[in-house]
Amino acid sequence: MSKSIPDLETYLLAELGTALTGSEVSFDALTLNAHAEQIVKILTFLRDDSQCRFETLIDICGVDYPGRARRFDVVYHLLSMRENSRLRIKVKVEEGGTVPSVVGVYPAANWNEREAFDMYGILFSGHPDLRRILTDYGFEGHPLRKDFPLSGHVQCRYDEEQRRVVYEPVSLTQEFRNFDNLSPWEGAKYVLEQETDGEGQ
Amino acid sequence: MADIEVETEGRNFTINFGPQHPAAHGVLRLVVELDGEVVERVDPHIGLLHRGTEKLIEYKTYLQALPYFDRLDYVAPMNQEHAFCLAIEKLTGVVVPRRAQFIRVLYCEIGRLLSHLLNVTTQAMDVGALTPPLWGFEEREKLMVFYERASGSRMHAAYFRPGGVHQDLPPDLLEDIGEFCETFPKVLDDIETLLTDNRIFKQRNADIGVVSQQDALEWGFSGVMVRGSGMAWDLRRAQPYEVYSELDFDIAIGKHGDCYDRYLVRMAEMRESVKIMQQCLKKMPKGPVMETGGKVAPPKRAEMKQSMEALIHHFKLYTEGFHVPEGEIYCAVEAPKGEFGVYLISDGTNKPYRCKIKAPGFMHLQAMDYLNKGHMLADIAAIIGSIDVVFGEIDR
Repeated sequence: MSKSIPDLETYLLAELGTALTGSEVSFDALTLNAHAEQIVKILTFLRDDSQCRFETLIDICGVDYPGRARRFDVVYHLLSMRENSRLRIKVKVEEGGTVPSVVGVYPAANWNEREAFDMYGILFSGHPDLRRILTDYGFEGHPLRKDFPLSGHVQCRYDEEQRRVVYEPVSLTQEFRNFDNLSPWEGAKYVLEQETDGEGQ
Repeated sequence: MADIEVETEGRNFTINFGPQHPAAHGVLRLVVELDGEVVERVDPHIGLLHRGTEKLIEYKTYLQALPYFDRLDYVAPMNQEHAFCLAIEKLTGVVVPRRAQFIRVLYCEIGRLLSHLLNVTTQAMDVGALTPPLWGFEEREKLMVFYERASGSRMHAAYFRPGGVHQDLPPDLLEDIGEFCETFPKVLDDIETLLTDNRIFKQRNADIGVVSQQDALEWGFSGVMVRGSGMAWDLRRAQPYEVYSELDFDIAIGKHGDCYDRYLVRMAEMRESVKIMQQCLKKMPKGPVMETGGKVAPPKRAEMKQSMEALIHHFKLYTEGFHVPEGEIYCAVEAPKGEFGVYLISDGTNKPYRCKIKAPGFMHLQAMDYLNKGHMLADIAAIIGSIDVVFGEIDR
């Protein structure tokens, strides 16, 4: 590794300055927080700069934080085989907002962005072919959002009479049981129902 | 109905390859646009095996989420578990005992053999050879028995656990693995005599699906896909985990980046894996196989009969599960198919907040259009075979 993580951090903060909103180091990994609209510029720099050479795109994924105003994180993982270093870049985007597509920088971003769109509904502007990728043809909703139920909305089966596959609203003989085993003494933040009622009145 | 139009120019043909096709290595649907027999465009439709693994993991405790990793790349299950365990261990700061590290490396290499044996032999089958799969699967059977003797399960082992491995290996198992390491190179030689200089095999694979170094980078390739193109990139060497830094092994690289080179790399890697396994057997120390601090591992059964605290602890671990401190981490291992990574976000509770699985096959398959353009229809089978896709990990 030619550059240590703190060195790389100061170098990138100096070079990319205004495009970033901050950076952090945790578990021997550097994370850059960036403005969504600057992402193409940042990634192009990181790929081409002779001291970075982050030429391999490892992964792009979405993360959902429903409590936030800009609800989604889009996380880019990069790898530089030459420098043997890794980098994570995060941008924030609100529901219905767009992030510029980086397919022009890394062709490999194509399917990753399609997956983030499929799973979270994050829109990538300038993507050549933003279709769903993992879910069924004609699927509705974005399954990895925190407000999407685990059991989904529809189920399908082959109907003997109609001689085709039919979709029906999901019906479970036993409802999905989400056991809550969190210890109330350690970390669980419950709002008990009676308490909220009392406060509301 | 006016005059009948006479077709003078050839039309492009669009055909469906799969989802049920023996050469698709799973449920892959390719929409192929052909000009005569030449491939113009390939559009892979994936997701037919999508099970929502990442969503399910968010609803399970860390330990309950572990077996899902067996079901990703189901021909080398333990390698996947490994990435998840490493991520948890780094977040919690648990130290894995040395014996467990050696066992993990040993079983990761068994997984590599399992995967490469399947891939090399079925690729040979895709291009017309029937004997290699028969010979290779005999060896895979032995390896799966090793899996079974360690974990009780031939495939979905759930053997690597955060903090170590589930149980110690029985002593005669190590002897048997040692014996296997002696005889296995002979089988590799046999398979090589069938394939390496085989004229048909060469014609079907050499100069097919050529990947240049630049393209390997652009398409985010890893594993054999970059090594076949001549880049000596191996996470076991570049970013060593467990005890790989103490072991002596070579990294095989190809020259041309075609299907044939990738086959050669896989064959060479299997020989290296045997070398690594032998070193593990020799160097493996005695000792515990699970972290003993009681952070993520349950107490001993015998202890539970005596100690109330141990019983409570056991109960807590298997109901509530352990808490992982807040933070996020990306952990990658060199799985047989390339870089398999887990991006884990913990919010401090007993369940992962987000667990993104980076599957190597996903990146490789997305380059299908680039790899196949200009090749003949029959080459599609050879290329799918050589990029080594398994749909468990691609569709997740």
